[in-house]
Amino acid sequence: MIEFEGVGHRFGERVVLEEITLTLPEQRVGFVGANGSGKSTLARTVNGLVRPSSGTVRVDGLDPVRNGAAVRRKVGFVFTNPDSQIVMPTAGEDVAFSLRRSGLPRAERARRAAEVLAEHGLAGYADHPAHQLSGGQKQLLAVCGMLALDPDVLVCDEPTTLLDLRNARHFAELLRGLRQQVLVVTHDLELLADFDRVVVLDEGRVVADDEPEPALDHYRKLVT
Amino acid sequence: MSVLGLYVPGRSPLHRTPAAVKLPVLLVFVTATVLVGSPWWLGGACALVALGYAVARVPWVRLWPVLRTVVMLAVLVGGLQLWLVGAQAAIVTVLRLVAAVAAATLFTLTTRVDDVVSVVERALGPLRRVGVRPDRLGLLVGLTVQAVATLSAIAGSVREAAQARGAGRSPTAFAVPFVIRTLSHADELGDALAARGIGDEDDPPGTRVMDP
Repeated sequence: MIEFEGVGHRFGERVVLEEITLTLPEQRVGFVGANGSGKSTLARTVNGLVRPSSGTVRVDGLDPVRNGAAVRRKVGFVFTNPDSQIVMPTAGEDVAFSLRRSGLPRAERARRAAEVLAEHGLAGYADHPAHQLSGGQKQLLAVCGMLALDPDVLVCDEPTTLLDLRNARHFAELLRGLRQQVLVVTHDLELLADFDRVVVLDEGRVVADDEPEPALDHYRKLVT
Repeated sequence: MSVLGLYVPGRSPLHRTPAAVKLPVLLVFVTATVLVGSPWWLGGACALVALGYAVARVPWVRLWPVLRTVVMLAVLVGGLQLWLVGAQAAIVTVLRLVAAVAAATLFTLTTRVDDVVSVVERALGPLRRVGVRPDRLGLLVGLTVQAVATLSAIAGSVREAAQARGAGRSPTAFAVPFVIRTLSHADELGDALAARGIGDEDDPPGTRVMDP
């Protein structure tokens, strides 16, 4: 369960979030809004990458500002550009890198990594140079790097922006199958069609919070 | 892909030799090429490295950029030396350079970065008592190797963009976007590392109790 209570944030003079209060028990929640509406910033407060200027965030009762390490073990984060998330040269090494701190022996880490890759359609790619994977495969690899740690929550910041339609749909399929609670910030409205809840942000405030259809209708009207 | 080349999967004896053996051997070999001054010995060293490439069965596609880089370096440095200090010194320097660069590249081609990182971590383990964090230094080694590939990719795409605007030869058209893209990559990489929990724990790896 993720709770925002009066969360506000500013970068210098610019207010990016204002008085966000939300309780999110749903399995899959989407955030939409124009560029600069504050949705990425809000997502980053969930694992403490951004410390809100005011208000508090709670992840299963833990505050990401005070218990950052504990929260980050619970919350996986997938960014838009997989190139900056992949830190090791091969796919297997990159997933195993997530497990470095698990205390598992090296051979076991490599085995776990290959297993996670296989589960998500990257079987046989463990020794493949990570940066030679296709865009869709790279994003899958980034997700594998997170899922290897078995988090309870997966936050994704525009995960399908760089993907083609087929890969974007494949990614949506993957999210559908996860046991994790999923929070997705996106401009890909198709991705949210079967979500449990969609929150629309505009200029740092919540302007709609509903089931996907009415929420997305509101968002479309906002743009016209 | 960088000219230095990265790991090529394989099952050759060189691939199977543990990094804990290869890394010290490489260090001794490179040191020796600096200390030895005889062109015969250095020529032998080059032949030895060439033999290593044959044993590792590095595929041609990966060997070609390595050869190109080594030859370019040899011509450039050799030419300069020939002009400045004479033939004998030029031959020694070129052989020395070729042996060292080729040996180091052979090491990266046959060794996973993860293995190198583990060796560095283990070797530096005793320094933990004086406050050194071996896992951090290991990560630093890994990220440094990776940075070579990343920066050359950024340089490639920036060069293309400059050419597309007809500014292929302008140094600023290259430098400004290159620096900006590099810094923004560093920003994103930092966020991604933080999100993966790097820098969170003050206890060394392995002693951590998972979630309470």
